[in-house]
Amino acid sequence: MSKKFKVELDEALCKGQACAICQNACPQKVFAISDQPTPQGIWTLRVANPEECTGCRRCELFCPELAITVALIGKEAPEPAVPLPASVAVTPDYGGWAEVPSALPAGVHFLSGNEACAEGTLTAGCRFYGGYPITPSSELMVHMAHRLPEVGGTFIQMEDEIASLCAVIGASWSGIKSMTATSGPGFSLMMESLGYAVMTETPCVIVNVQRAGPSTGQASRPAQGDVMQARWGTHGGPEIIALAPWSVQEMYDLTIRAFNLAERFRVPVIVLADEIVGHLQETITVEPTVRCFNRTRWPQDSPFGTEADDGVPPMPAFGEGARLLITGSTHDARGIRRTTDPQTQERLVRRLANKLLAHRNEIDDWETYFTADAERLVVAYGSVARSALWAVQEARRRGQRVGLLRLKSLWPFPDEIVTRCADDCREVVVPEMNLGQVVREVERCTAARVTPLSQTNGEIIDPRRILGYLLEGRW
Amino acid sequence: MDKHESSAPLLRARYLRQATPFCAGCGHGIFINAFLRAADEVGLDFERTVFVSGIGCGAWVPSPHFLADTLHVTHGRAIAFATGVKLTRPELEVVVISGDGDLTTIGGNHLIHAARRNLPIKVFCLNNWLFGMTGGQVSATTPPGAITATTPGGNPHRSFDLVKLARGAGAPYVARWPVARPRWLRQGIETALREPGFAFVEVLSICPTQYGRANRGQWANKEASLPWAMLSWQEANCISRRKAQKEGAEGKIVVGEWREGEETWDV
Repeated sequence: MSKKFKVELDEALCKGQACAICQNACPQKVFAISDQPTPQGIWTLRVANPEECTGCRRCELFCPELAITVALIGKEAPEPAVPLPASVAVTPDYGGWAEVPSALPAGVHFLSGNEACAEGTLTAGCRFYGGYPITPSSELMVHMAHRLPEVGGTFIQMEDEIASLCAVIGASWSGIKSMTATSGPGFSLMMESLGYAVMTETPCVIVNVQRAGPSTGQASRPAQGDVMQARWGTHGGPEIIALAPWSVQEMYDLTIRAFNLAERFRVPVIVLADEIVGHLQETITVEPTVRCFNRTRWPQDSPFGTEADDGVPPMPAFGEGARLLITGSTHDARGIRRTTDPQTQERLVRRLANKLLAHRNEIDDWETYFTADAERLVVAYGSVARSALWAVQEARRRGQRVGLLRLKSLWPFPDEIVTRCADDCREVVVPEMNLGQVVREVERCTAARVTPLSQTNGEIIDPRRILGYLLEGRW
Repeated sequence: MDKHESSAPLLRARYLRQATPFCAGCGHGIFINAFLRAADEVGLDFERTVFVSGIGCGAWVPSPHFLADTLHVTHGRAIAFATGVKLTRPELEVVVISGDGDLTTIGGNHLIHAARRNLPIKVFCLNNWLFGMTGGQVSATTPPGAITATTPGGNPHRSFDLVKLARGAGAPYVARWPVARPRWLRQGIETALREPGFAFVEVLSICPTQYGRANRGQWANKEASLPWAMLSWQEANCISRRKAQKEGAEGKIVVGEWREGEETWDV
């Protein structure tokens, strides 16, 4: 006697006669088109002649919707009531501030800026580096290639800068603090993934040791041409954090701070260094311990949303049973795509901006010199601030009431301090190694006269040039 | 009847978050069917597996559908993201599922470098011969002469042979299976999932909506639905490697698996 089979087709899943793969695949004509369409207008298939089934299972294995089951009558598979139990047990990890030992022995060290930056990342807890060689940042990468294995981290030289930042983002979702370093052309290649990191709220650090552009420009020469790119380079116009170190010490300190901000706000943070601070060699002081922030990792249902419109959601990692849905498309609090819903888009994009803008007091960073009685103000950042400080000191010595505002954080632009320092001045001077980028932000912040001192010849701005302007108005 | 095999409703409950949005008769659905059966058979733990995908219809297979960690990334970069995941969490399985446009057209560089490094991830390239989601434009795997939205006069260029590409890049395990042979496909996925190193599987899928309609004259079976006509063509035009070794391939698509260390890398 021949075997009997039960054929079941879930018509709610069936996409109908436009598919009809089961009907065509079946040699026994078990399936037929329904007599009438569903309310959605789909003429689904139906099991018309189950008694003809010989159990070949072609329909079952072909069905693109997994809508068909063929079972030997009397031997149907028992249906467990629940899916497989969760295999992962995760202990709560609320993250936050912790005092951690420095990667270098405490004391004074003589390092290049790029090396100090690399040591800063290790102290901050970075354990993954994905990068691609490019002047003038390469020493940083070489240093990481030697040092990361010593601290149990992972180093890889990727095939390009695009892949570098992609790998860094992947590693960050593994629960590992991650970074990359590059310079102008490589930074350009990273722009798409930078936006992905913003949208998916992925903490990571990107060090851009700026060189003279546009394009290949002057690979071994300093510039500050990527300030606006850091802010506006990726499409969609998100807020971003960028820090500007002026010394080897700050290549170390601000890199640690970059990681802390990245973990605190779940954002990519850019360290906008330049060729001078990257290649400069100076002594730095390393403290025995440093305060570091670790992301909140307690797994929960909404890794991409908060009640507050400026909140930072907790971030589970892969392999913790969170069944993460990570996407660069507009998504709700659980990560589910909502690519045509206006409210979700507005709410998400505003929160991504607000979580930085509403916490400016934790981000904005600057230093002032002689600003209390200043009639004129120099606003500078990065290595140019070194020239500016010398010029301001010399001008003071010669009776000029000049002050210096040194910006350590460039984005979000520290409007308040610029306004506060500049408003009592009759002139604000902004020396930059570009055709004028931060100067435009300064203009926006003050009614005082703002003068750009631009230089883009690939040379450090000579302090005497700035002094010349302050004393004689020459540039 | 195979022993201990999970039924379709159980596979859906265990591994799928929701029904797919794919067009009726999409070959990617047949891949999902085969993949879940293979994963169930192999015992792939979805809670310890990260699925990475890029942009396009193929990338939608794991995300948002698979009940696992899914990383749905920028166009072409799935393998680059997967590299960061696998290197930092080697104990997790990392599976890339994406399309030919994503993995081999915009993202080909990452594919060859992952193969060269023998990164222990599994890559399933759902090859439907064009860009489906964006409206049926030519891809690096579109056959010469084929009509697409951007080659209205027929594709003037040659296409990648993805098996040769991955083999040439050093992949220790490469396979090609057609959705028209779901049993071969499932078995092939099982084998790939058990591979210790980098495994690349080209899945010959079908896109009735874009490729099928644009090249309607190619499908001999006029009575059947378009998806079935394409599957019939695929079945008739694929030849197993074993058979091809005896009889020659005669212009057919050779399917099967290729391993590092074999004497011959031909058919």
